Amino acid sequence: MTEMLSGGEILIRALQDEGVEQIFGYPGGAALHIYDAIFKQQKVEHILVRHEQAATHMADGYARATGNPGVVLVTSGPGATNAITGIATAYMDSIPMIVISAQVPHEVIGTDAFQETDMIGISRPIVKHSFIVKTAKEIPWLVKQAFYIAKSGRPGPIVIDIPKDTTDPNELFEYSYPESVSLRSYKPALKGHSGQIRKAAVALLKAKRPIIYAGGGVVQGAAEDELVAVARLTGFPVTNTLMGLGSFPGNDPQFVGMLGMHGTFESNNAMHHADLILAVGARFDDRVTNNPAKFCPGATIIHIDVDPASISKVITADIPIVGPAKPVLAELHASLQAELANHPFDKSSLEAWWKRIGQWRDAHGLDHDQRRRKSESGQLLPQQVIQAVYRATRGEAFVTSDVGQHQMFAAQYYKFGRGRQWINSGGLGTMGFGLPAAMGVQFAVPDATVVCVTGEGSFMMNMQELSTCMQYALPIKIVNLNNQALGMVKQWQDMQYGGRYSHSTYRDALPDFDQLLRSFGHHSFTARTLDELDAVVDEAFSDELKDKLVFINAYVDPDEHVYPMLVRGGALEDMVLSKGVA
Amino acid sequence: MRRLLAVLLENEAGALSRVIGLFAQRNYNIESLTVAPTEDRTLSRLTLLTEGDDEKIEQVTKHLNRLIEVVKVNDLTEGAHIERELMLIKVRAEGNGHREELYRTCRIFRGTVVDVTPDSYTVQLTGPTKKLLAFMRAIGETSILEVVRTGVSGIGRGDKILEL
Repeated sequence: MTEMLSGGEILIRALQDEGVEQIFGYPGGAALHIYDAIFKQQKVEHILVRHEQAATHMADGYARATGNPGVVLVTSGPGATNAITGIATAYMDSIPMIVISAQVPHEVIGTDAFQETDMIGISRPIVKHSFIVKTAKEIPWLVKQAFYIAKSGRPGPIVIDIPKDTTDPNELFEYSYPESVSLRSYKPALKGHSGQIRKAAVALLKAKRPIIYAGGGVVQGAAEDELVAVARLTGFPVTNTLMGLGSFPGNDPQFVGMLGMHGTFESNNAMHHADLILAVGARFDDRVTNNPAKFCPGATIIHIDVDPASISKVITADIPIVGPAKPVLAELHASLQAELANHPFDKSSLEAWWKRIGQWRDAHGLDHDQRRRKSESGQLLPQQVIQAVYRATRGEAFVTSDVGQHQMFAAQYYKFGRGRQWINSGGLGTMGFGLPAAMGVQFAVPDATVVCVTGEGSFMMNMQELSTCMQYALPIKIVNLNNQALGMVKQWQDMQYGGRYSHSTYRDALPDFDQLLRSFGHHSFTARTLDELDAVVDEAFSDELKDKLVFINAYVDPDEHVYPMLVRGGALEDMVLSKGVA
Repeated sequence: MRRLLAVLLENEAGALSRVIGLFAQRNYNIESLTVAPTEDRTLSRLTLLTEGDDEKIEQVTKHLNRLIEVVKVNDLTEGAHIERELMLIKVRAEGNGHREELYRTCRIFRGTVVDVTPDSYTVQLTGPTKKLLAFMRAIGETSILEVVRTGVSGIGRGDKILEL
């Protein structure tokens, strides 16, 4: 028997058939037919947010934690434009997301109707693809394509713009959901070129000073095991980009830490002095390369990426390999094993290389016992807070962050053990991301410990979602590194603008966070000293408060800087290591 | 370096705007652009004239290929190809001597006069861009009243075919 459904019902039914369990959204005029269709069913749970930007970050967090596309539903006009920042965030970090934006009815499109905006036009540069629905009949096919495109190849956000008339409850259509999808104009690579992979294997075997540079593509491509296997077989050092953290175990002896702007001394030096770089799912972002003209002068570069446009975009690859990380690394591993029979690794060179890395690490590696440190002012240090949280969560929590100093401290001092554990806005650098992203993670993995490391600046950008947390009883742990200023801006002003703090402080205008949190029914604690911090962290992560949202307001030294920091316009080996010393 | 790209894309609303948007976003230049459906109504073919060295064109090509609606991209300037452009040009044509001379020039360039008034000719001219520019130089800037050019269309020579 064929089912007859309205356009709104077809949309929700298609989402059900796609396996969607939760969507994040906010209703409004043009979306009301769709909302009525949601009301009449049980399978797809709708999460009501307080601002559409937060809906997109929640869907984003959901996608980053699970690998499945997050789904957003917003109304036309302001609903759609509020979603833009979240779409751009997902686009920059290649996160699969479906954004369904309602639109004014076809007959008034182009007339500047109430709450009309050209969503397809506005979102065009920040989506992987977008669709506008012409008739309800095509909705199942568009939804099918949207999910396929969002997830495959280099993932990304998709917008489906749905004019209100196509969801009319009085017009019924036969429903059926397509079983498969194939597009003549879209054929993402499913495996790498075997000849290129063999070439890469030979180059790896000849390397004297190699390093594996692994990015978010390893996480997105679920290639963590394959990465570890290649690292084990070769014995090479591994560095991660900000987006790749967790793809290689953070406490593994072969791990040399994050690279780039605030990367470790040893990883940036190892990159600069390498004779071979195996880049996997990383895109030579400007925060990694520093000055491209001075980037790793002696290195042969093997670049594995699913997106051909990422290869040789910034740094020319000597051996480009287009394909998803997982099958390419697996084939590289097999190829290495085959080649090993007639060409062993250069063991003595590798030993000398590791010795050099060890010297860099001993000289200026991150101090993993920050408790010994004392700030000049005697205040808590932000790194101490991250380490306390790491200890309390046994390194197992999902950690989301906002953007700024706290993000870098979390990236440096929380040692991530698995992919998808570290969730942050790397490419776009979106303040306000952390809390809603943590909410998305908690919705996706209800039993997990989810920590949002934030700063008071970022937190205040989306703190209206505390109300959503109350409504859905989300037991997120928010760790606020409160330095009463926009710390990273202030750091740059210290280093490059003679300490002129132009609009980077608001010290006298901060809320009483304990009261603020309590007004939403949440728990909140303040810490100013190491002893207070220990007590507060223990309590926040105790079994008694397991099901509660807890906010830790940690007052940290406002003058602390993030180091190392790359010298502007320099090479990767050019780093500032502490205040006043270049 | 001057590059002529041939692009096959899905003949769908919004597809062209994505191509143009890509050039704007990535700071690439479009010198000229022609577009129309092919013998297969579901496909449009674009000929796009741009500037860039090998590296830049490689990036442009990759980014074009990344657009979901783009089916094929080919750099025509890499091989032997034919380029044509059509120009409609309205020129001042006053006095018998001047009108005669214009008409002669037009014939030399194998142009066709497609509209005549007592003071003007409208000439239709096809050919590679160079020829159109040469015609404009030949008749002199002061005679020109209005120029409309289609931009370059291109096709590979011989057996080379851009197809699905």
